[in-house]
Amino acid sequence: MELLMFGVAKDIVGQSSFRFDEGDIIPKSVSELKDKLKATFPEFKKLSSLAVAVNNEYAEENEVLKEGDEIAIIPPVSGG
Amino acid sequence: MKKNLKGNTVVEIVDVLNTSDVFKELSHPHSGGSCVFVGTVRGFTKNEQVLSLEFEAYKAMAIIEMEKIAREASEKWALNQVIVRHAVGTKQIEDPVVVVGASSAHRDDCFEACRYLIDILKERVPIWKKERFKNKSVWVSAHP
Repeated sequence: MELLMFGVAKDIVGQSSFRFDEGDIIPKSVSELKDKLKATFPEFKKLSSLAVAVNNEYAEENEVLKEGDEIAIIPPVSGG
Repeated sequence: MKKNLKGNTVVEIVDVLNTSDVFKELSHPHSGGSCVFVGTVRGFTKNEQVLSLEFEAYKAMAIIEMEKIAREASEKWALNQVIVRHAVGTKQIEDPVVVVGASSAHRDDCFEACRYLIDILKERVPIWKKERFKNKSVWVSAHP
């Protein structure tokens, strides 16, 4: 499972994409993914919000993640 | 990255934002007026001097969200033309970074639509800005 990183998320992870190690338990839902990210990178807990996009759409907490989905970590947006 | 929706809506992410054509783009024979909001780089945040701003977008998704916002505005108000255009990359003080605009038969529709376009864009569109100060740089809105 590859995760795209933007803005401060990219700084926290240190790269523009991230993969969990082989052998890691792969999160099955958006909420599991967020929990795992926060456990792996505690800095994510300090953000004012954290959203996940699946295939270019904001995803609900209970959305199931499937092989081949494009998953992006969306820290607080600030365009404009 | 540019998308024309139904011929009367343009959403676009550009490297350099040119605002001089926007009134021409919004012009329409059924419109009695156009309303435009231009967002520019402010040189101070909380009295601290900003040197430049850097914008980063998740382009594919940003375009989709910009389209949704333009469509929502067109459903809420009677608009003849709609433009939502955002810049990415490093921008200097006073540079334009975003322009939203609408034209309509009567002014209330385009005033209200314009406000909606920029407010919802700032809430939902996955574009991030980093303020560069003399001794630090900060992703805006990242921390409470």
